[in-house]
Amino acid sequence: MKNLFGFLISVTLGIFMILALTNTNAFPEFGHASIDNRVSSQYLNIDNVEEVGSGNIVTAIVVGYRGFDTLGEVTVLFISALGVAFMLSSPKQKRIDLKFKPNFMLRVGSKILFGIILVTSFYIILHGHLTPGGGFPGGAIIASSVLLLYLADDKFRSNIKSFKILEGVAGSLFVIIGLLGLVFATYFLQNFLPAGHVGELLSAGIIPIIYILIGLKVGSEIAGIVDNFLTEEESA
Amino acid sequence: MIQYAAIILFVFGIYGLFTNKNVIKMIISLNIMEIGLNIFIISIGFNYDGIAPIISSTNDLGYIFVDPLPQALVLTAIVIGVGTTALGLAIAKNIYKTYNTFELDEMEESA
Repeated sequence: MKNLFGFLISVTLGIFMILALTNTNAFPEFGHASIDNRVSSQYLNIDNVEEVGSGNIVTAIVVGYRGFDTLGEVTVLFISALGVAFMLSSPKQKRIDLKFKPNFMLRVGSKILFGIILVTSFYIILHGHLTPGGGFPGGAIIASSVLLLYLADDKFRSNIKSFKILEGVAGSLFVIIGLLGLVFATYFLQNFLPAGHVGELLSAGIIPIIYILIGLKVGSEIAGIVDNFLTEEESA
Repeated sequence: MIQYAAIILFVFGIYGLFTNKNVIKMIISLNIMEIGLNIFIISIGFNYDGIAPIISSTNDLGYIFVDPLPQALVLTAIVIGVGTTALGLAIAKNIYKTYNTFELDEMEESA
């Protein structure tokens, strides 16, 4: 009975949502969206692209135009990592016992893979303003390499204290760069470095610097979450 | 029509939230809802003739691009989703430690 009630409510909600998809300016027919009347036409305007200098327009929006929003987003992730640590951490931790024992090949192979994954993540973070990717996916890849080491080696504990320091330094540098924008230019997080040529590695001013900091911060935060989930109190 | 698929995913998530009493299943329903919402937001800016909004040189600006703004907003939403999921799973782990069950009904009985 309760299931039927929930089913009816959700189906009614779905029908209302489908009926709301009128072919208007706000909800255009699928595949026929035009950016001419939207804010995005300004982001793709040639003068604005050259002023920002970032080839990837999504990065230009996330870190350039909406950099303050991204600062808040990183703060949300920081607070959730803090909450996970507050709820799960306990003194004298060891990794939880998994059902399989890692053999020699797994331990050595995972260390080689760790390097390759780490290099890939740095590539993705460094080219965030040129190619798809950037700080958030790159940070997630850093955390996945740490997770690989946790799964492949039952003695492994990552150095969580250095991760905490890295996270704090990256977050503070983000705010300091924003304040430097206030000093050298007019407003918070404004680009005060030369924009350079679109499509080159050293371009777009502060955008790659901020994305590297975001990548390190996100990577160390998610690695901290992984550590909190995969360790338990040592039953001595 | 991807928009209909996104709405169906969203409805599945709401149905799961209404009917499930298992904490882990509720978190999974929340994630399904979030995926549906993200796909819907992306689909608002999609254009069949458009290419990805990445410019390799300033000569590229004659093309039609898909709308980059929904993609940037969804990038934010995905990261927030990771944070909420991690926090929810941490709460679920603490619940299991206290009550030895994930079912909300059994918790009321043992309390």
